[in-house]
Amino acid sequence: MTARLLAFGLALVFAASYAAAQAGADKRRSGYQDMGEALQKMQDDDTANPGMLFVQLGGQLWAKPAGAENKSCADCHGVAADSMKGVATRYPAIPQGADRPVDLEGRINMCRTENQKAERLPPENRDLLSLEAYVAHQSRGMPIAPPYGPVVDAFRAQGEGIYRRRQGQLNLSCAICHDDNAGKKLAGIVIPEAHPTGYPIYRLEWQALGSLKRRLRNCLVGIRAEAWSLDAPEYVALELYLMERAKGMKLETPAVRP
Amino acid sequence: MRILPVLALLLGAQAAAAQPVTPQIVDDAIPTSLTGRPGDAARGRAIVASRSTGLCLLCHSGPIAEERFQGDLAPSLAGAGSRWSEGQLRLRIVDGTRLNADTIMPAYYRTGGLQRVARAFDGKTILSAEQVEDVVAYLVTLKD
Ligand code: HEC
Ligand code: HEC
Ligand code: HEC
Repeated sequence: MTARLLAFGLALVFAASYAAAQAGADKRRSGYQDMGEALQKMQDDDTANPGMLFVQLGGQLWAKPAGAENKSCADCHGVAADSMKGVATRYPAIPQGADRPVDLEGRINMCRTENQKAERLPPENRDLLSLEAYVAHQSRGMPIAPPYGPVVDAFRAQGEGIYRRRQGQLNLSCAICHDDNAGKKLAGIVIPEAHPTGYPIYRLEWQALGSLKRRLRNCLVGIRAEAWSLDAPEYVALELYLMERAKGMKLETPAVRP
Repeated sequence: MRILPVLALLLGAQAAAAQPVTPQIVDDAIPTSLTGRPGDAARGRAIVASRSTGLCLLCHSGPIAEERFQGDLAPSLAGAGSRWSEGQLRLRIVDGTRLNADTIMPAYYRTGGLQRVARAFDGKTILSAEQVEDVVAYLVTLKD
């Protein structure tokens, strides 16, 4: 009896220390941890986080009928807190019947064109970003959980190839900055690990909500590389790889970034 | 009459975009000036300090006090003129991959071997031959 109890107790202790070791071993840092305390407070306080205004706008759009079908998102999906919970943690993903992955804004645009019979919203459009922020906000605090399968894996591998390849007039790769030199200072700015934990983000430099693509384009322009057009599949491939690197990290949407 | 200066400008622009002259590398250095003339250290300092021209302080720190935001991806430029000869510094700026194939420091006077360069910069070197000489002239003055 006591021996069994002891064994049980020991097993519990081991399990606990194993979990602690696992947690301790995860040294990945969200961009949140590289920000000053003032910005962290701004992100944490829903009344101070400018991104929350867009989440509210997204909530209004969610309930507003649109397109030739005159249907709202809510007509089909009901309460977003239930139907959209966890959805953003596994995008980009391959929609039913499709042959390639789409990002979350791409999936929302599919519902616009196919289900609402409304026009596609252009990249960085305020309504599109607001809907995306509203949907992704329903997963705030949940761990990133990418999908797997032969097709999506191939796109992810393409994304990793882009991430590691040097490009642009400055001949740098994403990996050189975000893997090899993360935490160091580039002209006084701490280089983050490039985890896509907070998108769409409210970036102070933009004074606006913006997508991950917009952020990636900033980095491409910085190394004087040709930026892909905003609807290019390369961004989806890169995002798939970034989500894999950040697997298990918690979503923060809408994050604030400098 | 008014066309001439415009033509001169156009030709000037083309010259900047053209393939750079091939510098003569001897061991780990380029002993002679790319322009045949010495550079200007004061102009070189301004290039090194500039975020849009030299970009050096993205990665390096250096004795340029008015630039508060400096990098720490690379060694400080202070003392570079004591550690390296003028010719060694010139090769380092022209194409550091000749010294360290894996270096992250961009080759400032090379156009080949690059991928997906933005159209505005395609076929152009990061610095002109004159600018390289100005930077070298400045680095030589950085004795500890
Ligand atoms: C020269 C170094 C450098 C390179 C190369 C670079 N980045 Fe960045 N990246 C940065 C810096 C610095 C920031 C933070 C900027 C700021 O806070 O103002 C950043 C920010 C980011 C972020 C935002 C992270 C967050 O917390 O929201 C992502 C994502 C990112 N980069 C991805 C990439 C990808 C993908 C590539 C390759 C296509 C790339 N970067 C290339 C320096 C670089
Ligand atoms: C006419 C009904 C209809 C309307 C209106 C509609 N959707 Fe959808 N939506 C669907 C269907 C059906 C799916 C596919 C569900 C599946 O694959 O399991 C879907 C899937 C989605 C997904 C992906 C869910 C997942 O689990 O991967 C998102 C996100 C989404 N819709 C957002 C929206 C938004 C935002 C709107 C409003 C702009 C909207 N939808 C309007 C029917 C609709
Ligand atoms: C993307 C980052 C980066 C940029 C931009 C950069 N460098 Fe470097 N530089 C390095 C690194 C890293 C080294 C260390 C040696 C190596 O890895 O090749 C270095 C080495 C040097 C050295 C030799 C240092 C020593 O004393 O051992 C000099 C001199 C130098 N760089 C000058 C410059 C100048 C001048 C500029 C601007 C015109 C510049 N660098 C721009 C990254 C950079």
